[in-house]
Amino acid sequence: MNTMKEVSRHTLSVLVENAAGVLSQVSRLFSRKGYNIESLAVGTTDDPEVSRITIEVLADEGSTEQIMNQLRKLFPVYSVQELLPDRSIRRELVLYKVKAEEPDIRNEIIQIANIFRASIIDVSLKSLTLALIGDETKADAMQKLLESFGILELVRTGMVALERGAYTIGDETKEKTEFNLGKNVM
Amino acid sequence: MKMKCSQVLMECLLEQGVDTVFGYPGGTILNIYDEFELHGYKDKIRHILTAHEQGASHAADGYARSTGKVGVCFATSGPGATNLTTGIATAYYDSSPVVFITCNVSENLIGKDSFQEVDITGISMPITKWQCLVRDPDQLADVIREAFAIARSGRPGPVLIDIVKNVTAAEVDFEPLPLSEHASHGRLGAMLRRASHDLKTPEPDHDDIDKLLDMIEKAKKPLVLVGGGVIRSRGAVPEFRKFFERLNAPVTSTIMGGGACPGNHPLFTGMIGMHGSHASNLAATQCDLLIAIGCRFSDRVALSPKHFAEKAKIVHIDIDRAEIDKNVKTDHHIIGDARRVLELLNEKLPAHDYPEWKEWVFSHKELDLPSVPGKLSPHEVLETITRLTQGDAIIATDVGQHQMWAAQYYHFSRPGQLITSGGFGTMGFGLGAAMGAKVGNPDKVVVHCTGDGSFRMNCNEMATEEHYNIPVITVIFNNQTLGMVRQWQNLIYGKRFSQTDLDRGPDFVKLADAYGIEGTRVSTQPEFEAALARAIESGRPYLIECAIDKDAMVHPMVPGGAKTDDFLLD
Ligand SMILES: Cc1ncc(C[n+]2csc(CCOP(=O)(O)OP(=O)(O)O)c2C)c(N)n1
Ligand SMILES: [Mg+2]
Repeated sequence: MNTMKEVSRHTLSVLVENAAGVLSQVSRLFSRKGYNIESLAVGTTDDPEVSRITIEVLADEGSTEQIMNQLRKLFPVYSVQELLPDRSIRRELVLYKVKAEEPDIRNEIIQIANIFRASIIDVSLKSLTLALIGDETKADAMQKLLESFGILELVRTGMVALERGAYTIGDETKEKTEFNLGKNVM
Repeated sequence: MKMKCSQVLMECLLEQGVDTVFGYPGGTILNIYDEFELHGYKDKIRHILTAHEQGASHAADGYARSTGKVGVCFATSGPGATNLTTGIATAYYDSSPVVFITCNVSENLIGKDSFQEVDITGISMPITKWQCLVRDPDQLADVIREAFAIARSGRPGPVLIDIVKNVTAAEVDFEPLPLSEHASHGRLGAMLRRASHDLKTPEPDHDDIDKLLDMIEKAKKPLVLVGGGVIRSRGAVPEFRKFFERLNAPVTSTIMGGGACPGNHPLFTGMIGMHGSHASNLAATQCDLLIAIGCRFSDRVALSPKHFAEKAKIVHIDIDRAEIDKNVKTDHHIIGDARRVLELLNEKLPAHDYPEWKEWVFSHKELDLPSVPGKLSPHEVLETITRLTQGDAIIATDVGQHQMWAAQYYHFSRPGQLITSGGFGTMGFGLGAAMGAKVGNPDKVVVHCTGDGSFRMNCNEMATEEHYNIPVITVIFNNQTLGMVRQWQNLIYGKRFSQTDLDRGPDFVKLADAYGIEGTRVSTQPEFEAALARAIESGRPYLIECAIDKDAMVHPMVPGGAKTDDFLLD
């Protein structure tokens, strides 16, 4: 098969039934293809019975397409969409716990936080904890600056993303009707 | 109506028209088994107790493949459930609709590595269409309804329902529900409503149909490739026949498509792929349009995906969108149920003919099949079976050379006539599957073609066929070797026959006798013919052991990864 073998970052948004086992069913398909999930975020949506999984994966076009096809076949999966970088907004929340034992260092860190519009969410005599919302470029830039002070701990929520404008993941497409056939009940 | 969930399960099976269950009891599934006696469900549903859960799984599968109905299989938790897994995978790879019902330990024991607790829903995730652990008694009825709806719908496949034991004992209110409402009820209904606005099978895209008709007009050397999808799609075979006869082009088939085009039809080129005919494989390399219906271009068909039908525009018709461009890059596809797509094509397709192309394709003949006097050749066995059963028997196979010989030399003429593990290649599938087919088709002769290796794997089911008098005729192609593996060793591994000799017992005829089954050993065609006639006549399970040459080969052979005209063996 004639796939483009160039590996790049793909953001998939998946609506699933909010039930036990669904997440492992979804993530299994990625490990089966040998792809490591770069980032994964799950949460309920406006409908409490439905969860939305945002997955970022490094893969080539052909394989991404195939994973999407396989995902759509799972009964608890309602919709699958690839969110293209130029047509979507992506954000993640990063918490940095930074060493800050002297007052001038503390001030310096606060200044950096201000420039990045990060907030300070915890202070102790020996540390500061900052919260930043952004995409990976912003998070990485901030991380580089903070490294010189000593990062004690860092945690990321995983990227969440939505398409720009009024489009939603539920919008009808021919693709979608085709997929209903694979699993629907006659 | 108040009743225990174990009874709800039985009522739900009756709702689906289930009349046969294959299974094996144990501690956690006791409440369900008790219903056969307690409320007399054994009078409405025949339970067949197999020798092993694997046998039950294959029997339910064989029943499903040969009847088009959903097969049902019961097993207990732990080892009972894991014994099913090979059978579940076998059904999954060949899109066979089977509902597997297992029970698990009670809620208070779940997650504690309790005795015979296993996460069978987790284990079966990659090999089922859907799986569900039932922990809420009120959900049971809907889950069972959903299981059947999912198993038989769209591209069919196995579903596994695991019920925790305390649920089976819980009392709930049960309301019968008409079949037509099953899919729109409960959890599945909610899921499908969210997933789509339309619960009906969508119509194939009419523009896509027209585009194919256009491509047909431009083609000079079209080839039709039929797969198991046409067998699974209800009512598709007559439409398919109308289609290829009007197109009047050569037709080839995957092993799973066996029976879609009658084996003796003048347009039929035989099977394609690794052990496909010369005509089929050469036609695939030379055709300019390949119309593939309900197949998935597996690595045994498209041996080298890059070079498969290189000169052709490939059109893929399938019900499963995820199959498109998966193995072979296609030029056009139509998504839909095979019957409906073919109906639409037939509405507009004019009559065609390709005399020169057909003459070229059919000029490629197979090697003359050798018949050695005083010896029994594989093709003679199958020709004799064909003759004595008027080509009407159901043939269930195991896996190996004998499977390929059966697929090549028996002429199948209807769906569900060839029962074989094509996708998963499960040795040990045959006997269970043959029993299931016979139970589902009591008025058909069922012949189980097996190898000495395969038969040894699950021959314990002789106890089952004897006890229930399921008159399967087992024909063992005894070449005293794992013949298919030996063939590779012969051709590719410098005749180093590592661990493939089966120069050992048991004496199959004596073994059959121990199970109470009559058996004969034969080594010539006339002996075989006499034995087969006796077997058909007897109306009892029967075993015929055929002495086959150790180095008999499956001809032709194209090795994996090669171009389809690269024959390793003519
Ligand atoms: C469960 C299982 N184990 C191993 C294999 C690999 N395998 C494929 S064909 C074959 C030989 C089968 O021998 P036999 O049943 O005697 O059939 P023959 O090829 O001799 O006709 C083996 C070992 C398999 N397909 N299934
Ligand atoms: Mg053998």
